[in-house]
Amino acid sequence: MVLRVLLILLISTQIVSASSITVCKNCRYKNVKDALAASQQNDTIFIQKGVYKEHEILIDKSLTIIGVDHPVIDGENKGEIIKIVADGVTLDGLFIKNVGRSYTKDNAAVRVTQSSSFLLQNLILENLFFGIYIEKSHHGKILHNKIKGNAVEEYNSGNGIQLWYSESVDIENNSISQVRDGIYLEFATHCTIRNNVSFKNIRYGLHFMFSNNDTYENNTFDNNGAGVAVMFSKEILMRKNKFINNWGAASYGLLLKEINDSEITQNIFQKNTIGINIEGSNRVTYQGNDFIANGWAVKSRGACYTNQFLNNNFIQNSFDLSYNSKLNDNLFENNYWSDYTGYDLDKDGTGDIPYRPVKLFTYITNRTPEAIILLRSLFIDMINFSEKVSPIFTPENLEDKNPRMKMIHHD
Amino acid sequence: MFKILKYSFYDLVRSRWSYVYLLFYLLLGFALLFLNENISKAVITLMNVITILVPLIGTIFGVMYFYNSKEFTELLLALPIPRRSIFLGQYFGVAISLSLSLILGLGIPFLFYGLFQSDSIVDFLLLLITGSMLTFIFTAIAFYIGLSNENKIKGFGYAILFWLFMAVIYDGIFLISLIVFEEYPLDNLSLFATLFNPIDLSRVLILLKLDIAALLGYTGAVFQKFFGNFSGLIVSFFTLFLWIIIPLFLVKRKASKKDF
Amino acid sequence: MISIENLHKNFGINQVLNGIDLSITKGQTVAILGPNGSGKTTLIKSILGMVKPSSGDISLAGMSVKNKWDYRENIDYLPQIANFPGNLKVIELIHMIKDIRGKGITQEDRFIEMFGLQPFLNKKLSHLSGGTKQKVNLVLTFMFDSDMIILDEPTSGLDPVSLIALKNLIASEKQKGKTILITSHIMSFVEEVCDKLVFILDGKIYFNDTIKVLKVTTKEENFEKAIAHLLTHAHV
Repeated sequence: MVLRVLLILLISTQIVSASSITVCKNCRYKNVKDALAASQQNDTIFIQKGVYKEHEILIDKSLTIIGVDHPVIDGENKGEIIKIVADGVTLDGLFIKNVGRSYTKDNAAVRVTQSSSFLLQNLILENLFFGIYIEKSHHGKILHNKIKGNAVEEYNSGNGIQLWYSESVDIENNSISQVRDGIYLEFATHCTIRNNVSFKNIRYGLHFMFSNNDTYENNTFDNNGAGVAVMFSKEILMRKNKFINNWGAASYGLLLKEINDSEITQNIFQKNTIGINIEGSNRVTYQGNDFIANGWAVKSRGACYTNQFLNNNFIQNSFDLSYNSKLNDNLFENNYWSDYTGYDLDKDGTGDIPYRPVKLFTYITNRTPEAIILLRSLFIDMINFSEKVSPIFTPENLEDKNPRMKMIHHD
Repeated sequence: MFKILKYSFYDLVRSRWSYVYLLFYLLLGFALLFLNENISKAVITLMNVITILVPLIGTIFGVMYFYNSKEFTELLLALPIPRRSIFLGQYFGVAISLSLSLILGLGIPFLFYGLFQSDSIVDFLLLLITGSMLTFIFTAIAFYIGLSNENKIKGFGYAILFWLFMAVIYDGIFLISLIVFEEYPLDNLSLFATLFNPIDLSRVLILLKLDIAALLGYTGAVFQKFFGNFSGLIVSFFTLFLWIIIPLFLVKRKASKKDF
Repeated sequence: MISIENLHKNFGINQVLNGIDLSITKGQTVAILGPNGSGKTTLIKSILGMVKPSSGDISLAGMSVKNKWDYRENIDYLPQIANFPGNLKVIELIHMIKDIRGKGITQEDRFIEMFGLQPFLNKKLSHLSGGTKQKVNLVLTFMFDSDMIILDEPTSGLDPVSLIALKNLIASEKQKGKTILITSHIMSFVEEVCDKLVFILDGKIYFNDTIKVLKVTTKEENFEKAIAHLLTHAHV
């Protein structure tokens, strides 16, 4: 009894400070814009199931907007649909579709501008140009959304989730497909990207530009134009992600371009034309990753200094490593290489002779790409073998001095 | 011709070497599947075997059979049958029994491991077809070399040399010319160079069907464009077919002029 | 039956047959003799079409044999070294040759018995001794009963019993009026079975007549000595 009274008291005080508004076909407020106009700071708006043909919806107060059974907000391809310009806005459970395409404006299904503490969750976005566009905002969460585009060409499509000059945004448990970039970060710092699935996107599953101190982990990037591109950024933590099936003539699981002081741990790179494509990256640690059945597990172009490859598995890749520049004190140690044919007489689990991951054929194809057509021919096997026995062309000190005899089982 | 074929075939089917060959493929097939437990991966490993070992065995077997059955051939030559029937019959006997060893030897383990449930069945069939074609090609060339050389040792030498040339030396020359002429566009050159060597042609055909095709990059794209479509496939199989027909024609011409 | 006109054959620079003119009438049993390398086997193989003549013509029953193969229907040929596919059994080989020649009536059973081959019928050819192989060879030759028989060294490896059987066999074939060509190094055998003698040396015919004429012209009573006389005087 006492409890019930307390509860009623609690609810009534809530009502006093903030009221709730319902939108439906037979309600007082028949569309979202009317409800917004009538609302006060901190109100909650419930949108009932139905189709609301509206666009350019501006949210300029701190509101909680909840869709009941995923009401549809149809922008009718006329432009941007929802724009948030206030702090503390929550959007939950809406089905937003038909964003207007434009060559001059980056129209989004949901845009957050110069706001903080936003929460966008359980949204379904379809037939979009840009999905969720966060600009100059911070401390927000983007959770459990499903974004499915219908992009065909790179030039006339937008990104699933885009962050621009933003900070401390968490992007978790989203599913993003068929857009240009699944997730795109430009000048976005201290963000966390976790447990997302980004697949079948035209360009990248995830794309960083000039974005520092971010973390992404436990994501799956499957069958994108290319998995993840990390460019001109530093201190990025990449953990436990899956980069799979990024298969095509110029495709790769992960592109690192001008990346410094980052960590790549316990990821799986499987069936990518190139597992990791590195262009000018320094002080990056690669640890405990699995490279399985890629064309090239790691392809390095341009200067790379002081990188470390430790405890990784290199399994059944056509090429384990390709280097086309000088070897600059990069370290390979304690990796498992399925191509290793050495022996372990002292039974300490590491091979007694070093493994040299760069083959002569790798060197040749760097020089004359057409030579790749001789892949898997006996002649190539023979010259690879002779090079292995007495290295002439491949950098002599590029070797794993302690290659493992057995595959490493990561947790 | 079919009678000679029949008897050559029976003779070979009962020979110890056919069983060794069959057993070899059976063991290989099972070992690969046992170690990989993944048909598509096993298919890749098999490709190396097919493009190198099959031509070698076709060459050695062909030339060996030719010399070993020399006296019997002479017996047949005195019988009322045209020469062409004798040599073509023997040739088809050898080529068919070798292909059969290949198909059965690899087919049985793969059937055993559920080939029909696998997506790799098309790749696998392509593997068997190119393998059989390579057998026919290299056996025909071995017969021609045998016919052209009375001296057994010389014949063996030339046959092995021919195989070595196609399997290794050709690619060496190919690679060197690619490097020497790297300033020039090389795609058409490599396309032609590939067509003119049945081993390379088979290898590229299989490579392009397997999904490592993407590795081939731009060159691969050119090749994919050529071999990937139906007419390219026709052209390449036609070329392989020519590789059988031309040596056979030479065998026939040589046989009709030769003294025994 | 057989007529050979101006037959030449060279293997490279090596002139093996140097203008052979020979005609053999039906029903004759003719021995072709000569030292090793004189061209006997080449002559026989030319008749069979196994060797292609450089020039000259060979005709059988008035028909040129050039680029033909079907005339061999009428010839039974016993090759010099009988080396058969090793994996076949004797009986299979007999059936196979029968099958290939495609002649309906054959008499292999008679000859198998004649040469005592019954115990070997189910043995593989690779397991047979040289003599037994030669017997198989003889069966394969005689079982077809063609008008013409060519025997290249038929006696090699045969035991005395089989040799007698072979002589009797040739005699009975002669009775049937067949034309028989034989090369052999066993002079007693030649003397016993042949009517006529063709002696070849360096690709040319040096003597072509009956044994009786040979003995008279060489003034030697002994056949072997007559042949030796021929050999020594041919070079003079």
